[in-house]
Amino acid sequence: MAKKQVNPTRMELTAMKRKLITAIRGHKLLKDKRDELMRQFLALVKENKALREEVEEGLLRSASNFALARAGISSQILDTGLLISGQQIGLEVGRKNIMGVLTPSFSFKMRSMDKSSIYSYGLSFTTEDLDIAAKSMSDMLPSLLRLAEVEKSCELMAAEIEKTRRRVNALEYTMIPEMQETIKYITMKLDENERANQIRLMKVKDMMLEQAHHYEERASGENADLALE
Amino acid sequence: MYKIAVLGDHDSVYGFAAVGLDVFFAEEGPAAARRLRELVDGGYAVIYITESLFKFLEKDVSNYSEKAIPAIIPIPGASGNTGLGIERVRKSVERAVGSDMLFGASEAGKGETV
Repeated sequence: MAKKQVNPTRMELTAMKRKLITAIRGHKLLKDKRDELMRQFLALVKENKALREEVEEGLLRSASNFALARAGISSQILDTGLLISGQQIGLEVGRKNIMGVLTPSFSFKMRSMDKSSIYSYGLSFTTEDLDIAAKSMSDMLPSLLRLAEVEKSCELMAAEIEKTRRRVNALEYTMIPEMQETIKYITMKLDENERANQIRLMKVKDMMLEQAHHYEERASGENADLALE
Repeated sequence: MYKIAVLGDHDSVYGFAAVGLDVFFAEEGPAAARRLRELVDGGYAVIYITESLFKFLEKDVSNYSEKAIPAIIPIPGASGNTGLGIERVRKSVERAVGSDMLFGASEAGKGETV
C-alpha cells in the first residue's frame, strides 16, 4: 500500500497522475543536465590536474631561483626591490554559464605593457639570479591565473553535480515509485468501489422486481398447481 | 577592476611581488583569518594561499566555496609541496563522480618535499 495517506477519489487520482508526469519529465531533464555537467566537468578537471602539476612544479622551481637570488643579495635590497614593483596586475572578472552554474572567468591586465617592468629594482645592487627568478615567476603567471579559474569552476561544478545527482536519485528511487504506488492504490480502490456499487444495484433491482411481480409466490403457486393435477 | 592577492609566510610569497601581485604576509593564527576576510572584502577576486596556511584556514576558506568570487587557491610554499592542492582536485572529482576515477592509478596526496 502507498505510504502516504490519500483519499481514493477520482480528483486525487487525476492530480496524482499529473504530478507523476511532471516528475518523470523533471527526472529526464535533470538526468540530461547531470550527464552534460559531468561531461564538461571531466574535461575541465583533467585540465585542472595538468595545470596544477605544471604550476606546482613551476612555483617550486621559481622558489629555488629566488632562494638563489636571495643568497647573493642582502635581504633589505631584495625586499625593497621587489615590493616596489613597477608592474601591477588588474583582474577582470567575467561570468561564464555552464549548464546553469555560474563560473568565473578571469583575464588579467598588466598596468604597463613593457615586459621589462618586472625588473624594477636597481641593477647595481642586484645579481643576475634575481632577474632569472623574476622572469621565471612572470612566465608562470598565465598558468597560475588559468589554474585559479579552472579550479574554482571545478569546485563549483562538483557541488552542482552532487546536488543534481541527489535530485535525480530522489526522483528515480523515491518519488516516482511512490507516486506510481499511490496511483495504483487509488485505481484499485476505485475499481473495488465500482464493483461493490454494481453488485448493490443488481441486488436492489432483484428486490424491486420481486416486489412488483411476486415471482416467488407465483412460482410456489405454480408448483402447487402442478402438484394438484 | 579586481585584484590578485598572495597570502602566506614571507619566504614563500615575496617572489610574487616581482610580477605585480599584492603580497600579504601572515603566520598561522587568528590574524591570518582576519587578513583573509579583509582581502575578500577588499576586492580581491583571486587569493593564492600557501598550502600550510590554507590547511590552517580551511574553515574560513570553505565559507567562500559556494561563491564564484573569490577563488581561493592553494599553492606550494617555500617549505615544499604537501600535496594539498592535488588532493583538493581529487576530492572534487570524488564529490562529483562518486568515485575517484581520475587519480585511481597515480599516487595522489603523497607530496614530495624539496
